[in-house]
Amino acid sequence: MSRHQFIRNLDYQDAVDEYEGYSEEEDELSPEDRALMNQGTADVQAALGVEASKVTVAQIEEALWHYYYDVDKTVAYLKSKFINPRPKTTKPAGQPPIGKSVICAVGPAEEALLYELGIHAGWAGDGPDMTDATSSPSLIRPRNAMPLCELSGRSAQGETALAALITFSSESRAGVSHYFRDMPWGNIPKDRETTFVPPLRPRGGLLGGSSAQPKMSKLQALAAARKKKAEEKSAGQDNVEQTRTKMTELSVGDAPSANAKLPVPENGKAPLAGPFGKRLKTSESTAEGRSPVIDSEPTRSGLSQPLSGTVKEPNNEPVVEKAQQSAFAQTLFGPSGDVFQRPLQESYSLYADLPSSVLDAFSRPSPDDVVLAAQAKAGKKTAAAQPKKGPPSTGAMTAEVKELKIDDAPLPKSRNLDVLSEFEKSQKKKNASFVVVGHVDAGKSTMMGRLLLDLKVIDQRTVDKLRKEAETMGKSSFALAWVLDQRLEERSRGVTIDIATNRFETDRTVFTILDAPGHRDFIPNMIAGASQADFAILVIDASTGAFESGLKGQTREHSLLIRSMGVSRIIVAVNKLDTVAWSEERFNEIKDQVSGFLTATGFQQKNIAFVPVSGLHGDNLVRRSSDPAASWYTGPTLVDELENSEPNARALEKPLRMSISEVYRTMQSPVTVSGRLDAGSLQMGDALLVQPSGEKAYVKSLQVDDAPAEWAVAGQNVVLHLTHIDPIHVRVGDIICDPAKPIPRADTFTMKALAFDFLMPMQVDVHRGRLHTAGRIDGITGILDKVTGAVTKKKPKIVKPAQVARIVVKLESHVPLEAGQRVVLRSGGLTVAAGLLE
Amino acid sequence: MRFASKRQTLQGIDEDAGVSLLIVEPEDMWHANNLISAGDVIRAPAFRKVTMTTATGSTVAKGVHTKLSIKVKSTFFDPLASELKVSGTVVNENEWVSVGQHHTITLKYEKADITFTIWKSHGWDSVATQTLKEALSEDRPEAIAAVVMQEGLANICLITDFRTIVKQRIESAIPKKRSSAKDASGGMAAFYEKTLSNLRNAIDFSIPRTLLLASPGFVAQDFRTYIQSEAARTGDKTLQRIAKEAVVVHSSTGHVHSLNEVLKSPEVKRTMHDTKFTIETNLMDEFYDRLRKDDGRAWYGTKPVEKAIAEGAVGRGGGVLLVNNGFFRSMEIATRKKYVGLVDKVKEDGGEVRLLSSDHESGKRLEALGGIAAILTYPIYDLDEDDEEDEGGEADVNNPAKESAVL
Repeated sequence: MSRHQFIRNLDYQDAVDEYEGYSEEEDELSPEDRALMNQGTADVQAALGVEASKVTVAQIEEALWHYYYDVDKTVAYLKSKFINPRPKTTKPAGQPPIGKSVICAVGPAEEALLYELGIHAGWAGDGPDMTDATSSPSLIRPRNAMPLCELSGRSAQGETALAALITFSSESRAGVSHYFRDMPWGNIPKDRETTFVPPLRPRGGLLGGSSAQPKMSKLQALAAARKKKAEEKSAGQDNVEQTRTKMTELSVGDAPSANAKLPVPENGKAPLAGPFGKRLKTSESTAEGRSPVIDSEPTRSGLSQPLSGTVKEPNNEPVVEKAQQSAFAQTLFGPSGDVFQRPLQESYSLYADLPSSVLDAFSRPSPDDVVLAAQAKAGKKTAAAQPKKGPPSTGAMTAEVKELKIDDAPLPKSRNLDVLSEFEKSQKKKNASFVVVGHVDAGKSTMMGRLLLDLKVIDQRTVDKLRKEAETMGKSSFALAWVLDQRLEERSRGVTIDIATNRFETDRTVFTILDAPGHRDFIPNMIAGASQADFAILVIDASTGAFESGLKGQTREHSLLIRSMGVSRIIVAVNKLDTVAWSEERFNEIKDQVSGFLTATGFQQKNIAFVPVSGLHGDNLVRRSSDPAASWYTGPTLVDELENSEPNARALEKPLRMSISEVYRTMQSPVTVSGRLDAGSLQMGDALLVQPSGEKAYVKSLQVDDAPAEWAVAGQNVVLHLTHIDPIHVRVGDIICDPAKPIPRADTFTMKALAFDFLMPMQVDVHRGRLHTAGRIDGITGILDKVTGAVTKKKPKIVKPAQVARIVVKLESHVPLEAGQRVVLRSGGLTVAAGLLE
Repeated sequence: MRFASKRQTLQGIDEDAGVSLLIVEPEDMWHANNLISAGDVIRAPAFRKVTMTTATGSTVAKGVHTKLSIKVKSTFFDPLASELKVSGTVVNENEWVSVGQHHTITLKYEKADITFTIWKSHGWDSVATQTLKEALSEDRPEAIAAVVMQEGLANICLITDFRTIVKQRIESAIPKKRSSAKDASGGMAAFYEKTLSNLRNAIDFSIPRTLLLASPGFVAQDFRTYIQSEAARTGDKTLQRIAKEAVVVHSSTGHVHSLNEVLKSPEVKRTMHDTKFTIETNLMDEFYDRLRKDDGRAWYGTKPVEKAIAEGAVGRGGGVLLVNNGFFRSMEIATRKKYVGLVDKVKEDGGEVRLLSSDHESGKRLEALGGIAAILTYPIYDLDEDDEEDEGGEADVNNPAKESAVL
């Protein structure tokens, strides 16, 4: 490693962080990796939100590198480790098993060896413990704290050394218990106590993260290879001499005095300057557990040249050790800084000449000690059994990870707003929705397309594009209708099939358009639209013949339906008046007839308004007609009339009810529902109940009128992103309600129905908003007086049109029903009755 | 169903010897269900598990095939599998069973000829004979397949002469249109695909068979187009034939009861006239029409019908008595006798009696009316007014009848 690189790292890294060693790799990131890293960092910060300030960029990057840019895992890890760190009670027990620690300790020596052997990357698979050790990329970097001996690596011996190392590590496990046989538990003689620090390196995997056994990932292997290359390049020949002198210094300080402090008798026996392989063989036979750690220190005399550059660093700059621990390090190695500091001081007094990092290495109990202490605490378990503890601990880790995963998708947090007061406070515009009804081909969709164009909700360019498309299909007059008719079928057939919703704002009100289909086959869809509307626009085709056929057809049925759905305000748009030269006479004729039958239907005269319009050209929609022939009309335009209409009172205080009109997938949630709040209010984080499935769901986020919002109240059209529910439980026509006050489910209900046709026990289709199910009239309880509601005839055989009767309806399936809901009964394609549930 | 013996005729039924019948098709089980009522004695092949004690005292259980005679206690008909389970007590002892033991015989169509013998407990009355006659008729058109659908819902039905079997109900969520989403067609394509694969699984198209596609709007038409394009794409000959022969009919909804509309549509009438169910559908329509007109000639419910028949109003010249056959299936003998008496009286007066299959849509409509209805020869207006006077009595009489109709 080059010096300048190291210094650069020092800028933002502290001593412990160096054990990670990752940061250096980062500098050697390829541009793609860098890009990924930047991207990932941004993502993580975004995901963390406000809490992003609690972690540094470096920490994020580090974690990202570990998780190979997996943002979710990184976030989970960062949250668990830095933002809401758990109390680390299990930490001592979680110390690396013996075998591992041994390897860790020997690590740098091996490393040196391995660099020479050039087999570092390939070594990863040799044994589980080995893998653990090597998986830490810190191995790749020479440990600057380690005194390096003159042992010049000889590749020939290296091979055997390696083999010895492997066997050694496995034997040493069994040896530990043997070593402690003669001493009482928890009362280890001073002379046997070690005080040196375990090599501070991560266990291989990250603590809070992946559940996988720590092992060298491909990425890490790659990083190692890169690192090695870089080192080979950067190693300067001129450093060699300097290093040698330092080495000698180190070894001098090492041999005798270290033994005093680190009183492992085998230490001395270890052939300090001997060939690596030989030394290991000796220690294998004699040394127990931790001894190789010490062994290796003095014998690391002849580190190969590539390493020499770094060796200098710590000597010159002990600052590294004094640096504050990073949060990451604290979580890894315990939060207390003084554990680190105290032994450091002692060491200084003893070995003033030593680089502090060396002392550091011995200033804490050896890993074995820690392990044994933990074992002693845990119970009388043999050291040999220790390695077997591995899997359970991984199990615990997986459990932890699982917990994290749950945390990953936490229940949406509610802000517990008082929605109603929020609603009062907000100076929002009024919300109103209106349904556009009328006979098929009366020009409903075209008129709404024109309205949206004139109100600049859509731009001329869109319409021009649609016009071009329409012309290619030979339907140029449909261009405006295509603004709302977006389905392929609707366009190719030139009819509206399903309700289209769109939105526009005036100065005072936000209007939702519900463009209903006029064709009789799609009346179920029209009913769905009408159930969401506050008022209605009835479009009437004024052209000769069309009005008359419409009056017989859906003009009548639609007005009956919207009245029975509870709409009381109706604006009659007499359309296509341009085709009859804006004839006032025609307008008045239509007006007379229509108002006659609308009042008969139950609309009050004051709630009916008539506007002569041309939907295709836009006369009297937003702007007044410029046609001189239409100058006789001086009343308000259609939009004026809309503004004059007061939406129905909202049932804000009632329990939540929302009829689902659409279910679909979005980026935010696989279960996104839209519809209109019929009653009550909701806010982000609320628990909801979906009926009839009876499943609970939570509001992850919501939109009101296509804009993100935190709450919604009755009357608003909302889009809810639900969590914690399977999509199969949510269907169009279902009702979302308050879990505390759920809507009941029933398959039989009694209703007070106004008959439009003969009613007798027969099969009917039952419509309630989007809900559409089959059922049958099970019985007719009685015919009621229209005004008083008193029973005039019990158990009639048949109900005649225009009579009001109390009937019992049985459904094929259980559906959410509640008293006061408006229900329409249809049979054979005709509306036969409508009424209120009792 | 056929008589097991060639010499047996409908007229020469020997009450004591019983009637032996041969099961020749799955549909027969439905007839058997109508024929067999509680109290009858049935002799049929049975499979019984018997436990034998050997000389040493150990027990060995084994199944034996034997013929058993049982006195029927109850029947259960599984329409989808066309299986009839008849439960009762053994009346004739044999080496495996003793008298009084319970046994359930499962009757179903199998490759091997299966015959069963039936002794009616109360003799072969006119209703039973008519049922048997229907069961014996051999001239039967092939069952019609029908798909009644709407956006996101399809009911695959098989319409035989006597019943409508809903083979499969397919529901699928079709994305509705939103300003952001343009792709409802994808949802429809998936829906069609699902429907077609289910249709081919549910119904055997290896024999020529009419396929009716009914829906509001354009769904059925589009489905047919889909079958055609699928046939062209895969080069499947059967599918090509299906697509070619499929008849698209308009219906107002995709629910099964829309079959009523389907069956009276001109397209269907043209292809299948005079099948039992079209006649029944027409009769029901006529009845409803008269009821609407309130011309005093259409009455439903036990009491008014009974009265009308007593007055001889259901007779020659347009009098029709409509009774659900389910009405007779599980009825007490006294009640049954009463209804059989009504049927006989109408026949005597020269009126027409129609036993509507409760497994057909027309029968379901009749069921809603209480299972019995009549079109009178001449109008009577006050039939229900008497009802109100003795309402309590009516409720008592009507309710068990209704219940049995539902059963």
